[in-house]
Amino acid sequence: MEKQSSAEYIINIKNLDLFYGKFQALIAVDMLAQKNMITALIGPSGCGKSTLLRCLNRMNDLIRGVKITGKIEINNLDIYSKSTDVTELRKNVGMVFQRPNPFPLSIYDNVVYGLRVAGIRNKTELDEIAEKSLRGAWLWDQVKDKLNHPGLELPLDQQQRLCIARLLAVQPEVILMDEPCSSLDPIATMKIEELMIELKKEYTIVIVTHNMQQASRVSDFTGYMLLGEMIEFDKTVNIFTRPANKLTEEYISGKYG
Amino acid sequence: MKLVGEKGVQRILMITALSAISSLLLIALFIFSEGLPFIFKYGAGNFLLANEWDPNTGHFGIFPMIMSSVWVTLGAMVVGAPLGIAGAIFLSEYASPIIMKIVKPTIELLAAIPSVVYGFIGVMVLAPVIRNNLGGPGLSLLAGCIILGIMILPTVISISIDSILAVPRSYREGSLALGATTWQTTHMVTIKAARSGIVASIILGLGRAIGETMAVIMVAGNSVNIPNSALDSVRTLTANIALEMSYATGMHREALFATGVILFIIIMILNSIASVAIRNRNAKK
Ligand SMILES: Nc1ncnc2c1ncn2[C@@H]1O[C@H](COP(=O)(O)OP(=O)(O)OP(=O)(O)O)[C@@H](O)[C@H]1O
Ligand SMILES: [Mg+2]
Repeated sequence: MEKQSSAEYIINIKNLDLFYGKFQALIAVDMLAQKNMITALIGPSGCGKSTLLRCLNRMNDLIRGVKITGKIEINNLDIYSKSTDVTELRKNVGMVFQRPNPFPLSIYDNVVYGLRVAGIRNKTELDEIAEKSLRGAWLWDQVKDKLNHPGLELPLDQQQRLCIARLLAVQPEVILMDEPCSSLDPIATMKIEELMIELKKEYTIVIVTHNMQQASRVSDFTGYMLLGEMIEFDKTVNIFTRPANKLTEEYISGKYG
Repeated sequence: MKLVGEKGVQRILMITALSAISSLLLIALFIFSEGLPFIFKYGAGNFLLANEWDPNTGHFGIFPMIMSSVWVTLGAMVVGAPLGIAGAIFLSEYASPIIMKIVKPTIELLAAIPSVVYGFIGVMVLAPVIRNNLGGPGLSLLAGCIILGIMILPTVISISIDSILAVPRSYREGSLALGATTWQTTHMVTIKAARSGIVASIILGLGRAIGETMAVIMVAGNSVNIPNSALDSVRTLTANIALEMSYATGMHREALFATGVILFIIIMILNSIASVAIRNRNAKK
């Protein structure tokens, strides 16, 4: 891996430990994510992928009894420092969940939700951003005639893209995706993957996936996690063709999990 | 050794259930058979819309009591609904789970306090405060509204909490992950998703308020008149039945049963609306 100045890394995780009460779910994790790249986290169930992802937008703050030590910098700012505005952080680091979770509101209200939360009320501005975001998530043509319909009426894959559109509307820098395709069929999955590759022109993406083909298809960097540790982190091609660690190799070749 | 077999248990349970249901049906039947003929004889319009209630001269207009019941109930809503909903939001979204575990059962316990106790507090504490500060007799529409407003709190709070807690976590997470604050999440997503349950809690509270008798008799003053102000003494439909039943005979007695029929119908309508609202909530998952 060639040397790069740390300024190009938008996410920099250093020596991160996380405890759920007494249980240590992350152990001395280091990770770097580069701007406009897709970084994938793989590993067997329960190894801490979602936990690590949820540290990046501080969603773990919502869980009682979570203790975190170590450092996470996004754009060189320590996101766990006292001066961090968590709502600002979450606008900058958006998240797509495993199960599509549109709000029980209309398609339009879903897309502009983040803007309204941010205090934008101007109708023309909202309309413009809504259209742009829906186009950005490849959903505009399907929904442009029924923006007042409930978002929950859409088929699952469109719901997931609605959730992506809702993020694009607030213009984050980073998009976190926690197994975004696990409830979708293969065709819908392909479509989301293509969308991700399109989105990385403007955004930095970190994705958790169980699907190794998916990681190898879409990601530029891959981290392999096991029992709370980051076993290996490297360019995706390296991880999948010549892993440095024997544990990684076992997992990749399907001997594990 | 088995005393009663599976079949036997089933039969006993069935008999119990049937007797419970049939006693309710019998009560309903009784009230209707006693009250409905009067309504036809006296005329529904005369009965429901006339202002004069004077059993001695054969005048049985219950309009003042209907209006009093409506005002007392609406007033109780104005007092109880905002308090109850705010309390439910606080407990479900802001309070720690421990506080919730302690406070919710406590509030539900409030429902078990006999209404005569609420009435007693109303007479001893509330009525003098109203009389001394706002004027009027003290025992009044306002006192009724406040006491009933408090009495419906357990219903409103506990059903609202249940419906707020039934809102999937993923909605809240989605909202918070977009940078919304807890309050924004609560009023822009959670409450909207829980809306039908909250509406149901209010309607059930309404049913409770309109049917309440003892506390209202004690605090509302019981004069038969259409209230002009919140400080007037009023008599509700329920109070009217309870106050006069013991000595009523003939037409008078039938008129009281007919009043019961009207109450019965109102409460049935309210409960049906509430159960439709609750069913909507469950269907919208
Ligand atoms: N809220 C919580 N409280 C306590 N322990 C938790 C909590 N959430 C997760 N854990 C534990 O932390 C570990 C890591 O969980 P995490 O959800 O991050 O795994 P994961 O790699 O995302 O798994 P999966 O692939 O199944 O989604 C697991 O052992 C899990 O049981
Ligand atoms: Mg996970």
